[in-house]
Amino acid sequence: MSQQVKITVNGTQHTSEVEPRLLLVHYLRDVLNLTGTHVGCDTSQCGACTVLIDGEAVKSCTVLAVQADGADITTIEGLAKDGQLHPVQEGFWEMHGLQCGFCTPGMILTAVALLKENPHPSEAEIRHGIEGNLCRCTGYQNIVKAIQYAADKTQGAPAAAGDD
Amino acid sequence: MAVTKLFGASVKRREDPRMITGRGSYTDDIHLAGTLSLAILRSPHAHARIRGIDVGRARGMPGVVAIYTGRDLQDKLAPVPCAWLPPNTDLKVPEYRAIAIDKARYVGDAVAAVVAEDRYAAQDAVDAIQVDYEVLPAIVEQEKATHDGAPQLYDSVPNNVAFHWVLNGGDVEGAFASADLVVSQTLLNQRLIPNAMEPRGAVASYNPGSGELTLWCTSQNPHIHRLLMSAVTGIPETRVRVISTDVGGGFGSKIPFYAGEMIASAISRDLGRPVKWTEDRRENYVATTHGRDHVDYVDVAARRDGTVTGLRVRTYANMGAYLSTAAPGVPTWLFGLILSGPYKIGAIGCEVFGVVTNTTPTDAYRGAGRPEATYILERMMDLVAGRLGMDPVDVRRKNFIPAGEFPYATPTGLLYDSGNYDGSLDRALEMVDYPGFRRRQEAARAQGRLLGIGFSTYVEVCGLAPSQAAGAMGFQGGLWESATVRVHPSGKVSVFTGSSPHGQGEETTFAQLVGDELGIPIDDVEIVHGDTGRIPFGMGTYGSRSVAVGGTALFKALGKVRDKASRLAAHLLEVSPDDIVFDQGRFHVKGAPDRVKTFPEVAGAAYLAWSMPPDMNPGLEETYFHDPSNNVFPFGTHVCEVEVDPETGKVAFQRYVAVDDVGRVINPMIVDGQVHGGIAQGLAQAVYEFAAYDDNGQLLSGSMMDYAVPDAAMLPTFEVERTETPSPVNPMGVKGAGETGTIASTPAVVNAIIDALSPYGIKHLDMPLTPERVWQAIQAREGR
Repeated sequence: MSQQVKITVNGTQHTSEVEPRLLLVHYLRDVLNLTGTHVGCDTSQCGACTVLIDGEAVKSCTVLAVQADGADITTIEGLAKDGQLHPVQEGFWEMHGLQCGFCTPGMILTAVALLKENPHPSEAEIRHGIEGNLCRCTGYQNIVKAIQYAADKTQGAPAAAGDD
Repeated sequence: MAVTKLFGASVKRREDPRMITGRGSYTDDIHLAGTLSLAILRSPHAHARIRGIDVGRARGMPGVVAIYTGRDLQDKLAPVPCAWLPPNTDLKVPEYRAIAIDKARYVGDAVAAVVAEDRYAAQDAVDAIQVDYEVLPAIVEQEKATHDGAPQLYDSVPNNVAFHWVLNGGDVEGAFASADLVVSQTLLNQRLIPNAMEPRGAVASYNPGSGELTLWCTSQNPHIHRLLMSAVTGIPETRVRVISTDVGGGFGSKIPFYAGEMIASAISRDLGRPVKWTEDRRENYVATTHGRDHVDYVDVAARRDGTVTGLRVRTYANMGAYLSTAAPGVPTWLFGLILSGPYKIGAIGCEVFGVVTNTTPTDAYRGAGRPEATYILERMMDLVAGRLGMDPVDVRRKNFIPAGEFPYATPTGLLYDSGNYDGSLDRALEMVDYPGFRRRQEAARAQGRLLGIGFSTYVEVCGLAPSQAAGAMGFQGGLWESATVRVHPSGKVSVFTGSSPHGQGEETTFAQLVGDELGIPIDDVEIVHGDTGRIPFGMGTYGSRSVAVGGTALFKALGKVRDKASRLAAHLLEVSPDDIVFDQGRFHVKGAPDRVKTFPEVAGAAYLAWSMPPDMNPGLEETYFHDPSNNVFPFGTHVCEVEVDPETGKVAFQRYVAVDDVGRVINPMIVDGQVHGGIAQGLAQAVYEFAAYDDNGQLLSGSMMDYAVPDAAMLPTFEVERTETPSPVNPMGVKGAGETGTIASTPAVVNAIIDALSPYGIKHLDMPLTPERVWQAIQAREGR
């Protein structure tokens, strides 16, 4: 019944036997113990489980672990490199882009993907770009500022992470 | 008063590094070896007799360890307690079993529980349990539930009325008899789903050898959870430890003590293995408490000049199928007491019917009673203005309690601490250029465009306390708060607080207080919360009380530490304590700044204890239990500008301005964030959110696909400013900021939309003002 998968997560390749129905988010949380990826709903509305799969933001509750066979995944735990926060992480800290912190990992990874696609988004583009991630604490205002901070900070510099 | 550089500074949050790197520790992140997964079978019927439960097939499925029905747990768990019992209300608290025994009373009522080796297996087994239900007629609407012939939930609750609460202040009858005009309106305050982003959960680990239960759970008040868990299981409090360090939002929905954590704990005790239960979102929508759900019949007595002389409110509050932990207090005291708002209203009468129905239980949701009261006042002010042809701003101003009349005693029995209501209104009017808006509105109307402006001038009662008042209101606990300050020999400081932040940032604001009061770097301070094994007994975080009550407890404990350290420093420096000056973490001799002991030096000396004053014990640690003399009363003015599209009914937010006064502010960045989030939730009630049931008690908005939690594109940018009127109730002059936004924003938005629709003669529409509802209202008027 189980199936073997090889999945690279945050630069480390894992070979695991998984049930075909195991969701990627449960694989990350329960098999690899990477609990920074959160589950906030069961209908792919909230985006708390967002990770980068081959550089693209994907809701990991909508993907089976077996579908991620061979993929290269970045979770929130792998975003900072060599103790250096990613500019989006830094932006969230600087601009008070989080309160309870539960939506934050997914929100940050969505923002990383957004800035990769559109390094200088307008406020409206940011709000549209994070529509798939829900936050109940902040009213989004400081999340928008956090993403603007990261965009300003990386202006001219190559995208820092999530693209390897 | 402690005014130094950290108080008032937007210090970056110390919580954030772990949260932005995925290293938080939420309940579902706890992985203990050998943990069983718990899944709960929930009733698909709103009202049904349970004739039989066949668990045979489920029990044999792979990975299944045990299955429990209500009868199996009947002797292991006392009923789910209700902890707010308002006196003089003929209150009836029906029995609420963690797992229903004879009857299910709402869609989502627990009917059986499965524990299995993993979540998938547990869920499979839940689906395989066969329940023989006799479906009974259900009742959803609270007012209809009180009518003769309505389905009855309990034999012990005639007409489904669990309580009838009355509050009268002043001569209500006289006010109405002598009024120039009476304005009446029925207002529906719709049911909402709190939607903390982290669903609720519990990890219960009972050690049969020691008899200790460790429970990680999503709680805003872990000590209350511990106390109640001890009460329902019979495990002594000394053997129960509740841990809720990182909690992913609460908004009131994580105050109550729920069946889920009870079931997990009882099964862990029964099997001697850890048990984890985590709601999925659909389960959260039916099994976590909802908020609001009032039908309010309102009459206002006024004079022709706009003076409001009386207010009469009759409310039907939907309590859901059972009385949740704090539920009876929400539509009574937390609602009725504040019905004066910022206005001088001589006579106020309020009666509330708390009604049980076949719906999810309701309880506190951000603001809890105060948004409902504020909505009534602020809608009625506009209706009075409309009737008299007055400007809504003028009517408000006419009725304001003047700044010179504080402390002000309301007819309902509150004593407002301080206020300057004109101050915040003036600033808000300036920000929106009110005369300019009215000119633009008129010009737009001439082109067929619908612009509107809405005001909300509010006052909030928060910093929930004091204990004596809690007792008088029937709250089964005190409303004080605790803080322990432990200075370590190195001079580093641990604070153990009974406040239980879950997004509000007290790990930062409380550390700012410590830094100021002890003159040490903020990095030398840790704030410990949410773990009953570490903190003193405390009441937790709700009702915007953490800084006003918990912060004051900390402030006072810090004062005790500083006093002792100062006396020890005097002893070490061989001078009288009166000759010691404390400045920036240094104790020096008056007039001799080089004769000095630093705070860490004194801390070290307190633990070495080689040389102590004769009346002083070793160590440097102090605890303070603070019970305030009164609540605190933040206030302010919110203004919303909208444009309504007459073709579609869609509302576009043009501007949102908030001028709040929450007293003195420790960390402006954090307070702004609280206000932003609060406004978002209140605005969402005005135009987006509604927990809709059908007549059979099925929750139609039962998932995030169907319930409109706003996303980033659905909200405007908020322009937030403050005035500052210190509270005299506590030494720091602080009030509370967690709920102001939600309390203020709902009527500001509704008033703006109704103002935009005024060319159609529309005076009121019930929330949420969705495009459909607005469009239909326009069509109905145009069709005439």
